[in-house]
Amino acid sequence: MIKYGPCDVVRDVSFALREGRIIALLGPNGAGKTTLIRSLNGTMPLSGGRIELNGRTLDSYSRRDIAKRIAVVAQENETKFPVTVLEYVLAGRFANGSAFGWETGEDIAIARNALERCDLNGFAERFMNELSGGERQRVVLARALATDARVMLLDEPTANLDLAHQAMMFRLVRERCRNREASAIVITHDLNLAAEFADEVILLKNGEVFAFGAPEEVLTAANISGVFNVPVLRDENPASGKVRVTAVY
Amino acid sequence: MKRRGTVWLLLIVALAATLAAGISVGSERLWIFELTDTQRAILFDIRLPRVLLGACVGASLAVAGASLQSLLRNPLAEPYLLGVSNGAALGTMLAFVFFEGFGFARPVLAFAGAGVATAAVYQMARSRAGMNVERLVLSGVIVTTFLSSIIVLLTSVLDAARLRGFTFWLLGDLSQATYDGFYLTLAAATVGTIILSSQARALNLMMVGERDAMDFGVEVGRVRLAVFGLSSLLVGTAVAASGSVGYVGLIVPHLVRLSVGSDNRLVVPMSAFAGAIFVVLADVVARTAIAPRELPVGAITALVGAPVFIYLLRRS
Repeated sequence: MIKYGPCDVVRDVSFALREGRIIALLGPNGAGKTTLIRSLNGTMPLSGGRIELNGRTLDSYSRRDIAKRIAVVAQENETKFPVTVLEYVLAGRFANGSAFGWETGEDIAIARNALERCDLNGFAERFMNELSGGERQRVVLARALATDARVMLLDEPTANLDLAHQAMMFRLVRERCRNREASAIVITHDLNLAAEFADEVILLKNGEVFAFGAPEEVLTAANISGVFNVPVLRDENPASGKVRVTAVY
Repeated sequence: MKRRGTVWLLLIVALAATLAAGISVGSERLWIFELTDTQRAILFDIRLPRVLLGACVGASLAVAGASLQSLLRNPLAEPYLLGVSNGAALGTMLAFVFFEGFGFARPVLAFAGAGVATAAVYQMARSRAGMNVERLVLSGVIVTTFLSSIIVLLTSVLDAARLRGFTFWLLGDLSQATYDGFYLTLAAATVGTIILSSQARALNLMMVGERDAMDFGVEVGRVRLAVFGLSSLLVGTAVAASGSVGYVGLIVPHLVRLSVGSDNRLVVPMSAFAGAIFVVLADVVARTAIAPRELPVGAITALVGAPVFIYLLRRS
């Protein structure tokens, strides 16, 4: 259970994230998606219940140890200081170094590789505040990819991205899940992207789990109308064979 | 990499040159290789402690400013503007009024005053929506004016002969420099700069956002406590020895960032050197501009600092 002041924002949520899996977290604005994801890396305190990571409760880990295991792609906030893209991405290596120290050559190589994979070649020395919203969002992803974490928490990672980069984002997350036995939880408003890329879907409404399971089980017309109060048409994507949802206005 | 080396070299050479200039320039021009007994006395009893104290005060204030700015994510955060210096000044005055016999009471109460002022500003500036530039600056203004009125009250109950000294001292004045004051500020500046530099990488992350910093492994609460505690120590010892020299913590880190970027692992230690240079130079101007009379060094730093503040405010 997670409270904001006197109100319960999220309650009765129980699920397990297994190796190699991607869970999509869906729900209307204010359903408690971001709050839930915040609590999963211990930056939002629980008022009840328990979160375990590799069999140990999350609060028995230090912040640094959590950061080594869980990477976050949050909605990026603006900085008043001129920070370069490379400096920003190197923050992903913080948990691996000593506080005093400088990053090693290996850290820089990892950061540059992450930038390259996010289609940000030649951006390393640019300043964060000069970039477009979509470019910044890719830098935030690169920072998470630069960590050694095996759990990724992504909060609307595709909000500012064009079609090609949306696909790139999910491909990178999927690749990481496969290659490193990592797993991910992704908040998104794009039901069809969730259906394409997620192994499981959590449908959240008013801080409670409305439905949880495989996309084709959860993303039924009845469930979606029940959560979003919009009539929808559900069929199959002819290219991928996955569930396709269209709102009917 | 090469550029960093050049900047370090420049800072070291400039500091040496400034210290030499600070020692030799003044109402009596001193040439250290040929000194009369009077000149020797001027050099060792007056000029040297003053220049060395000025360097330590500058280093302390600049390092405190640089760290507070990163912690509060606000390039306008500065000990003087946030009221931290005034808190230290009030502490010093209380020590002067009530514990005149105890030499150590001044820095201790100055440290306490700086700490209380820092905590007050931070609590006022923080809201559920976070902390924005305007809120922080306004909280600083409120704390500053409130503390100023108490200081005015205190000065008016002091007798007239001490009053002139105090007005000068409040604006930042190095003319009362002693070796004891120098040793204490040197110790504080050294400890403060080393520990804050050790937190520089964490500060780099906090500069981007507290939540981000937590996500990537920074113990935010611990770093915040270290910065508030050490900046209070730095400002407290500096103010106890020389009054409120303003704007040093604003101008110096800004200039350092312009030349090497925002990485605190460079900005924090380089600010120590650049701050020392800046205050010693400002003091040379204060001593010579209307010689034989002297200006308080704080008047010179404020004269340079206010336009820089306006520039930074417009840019943010």
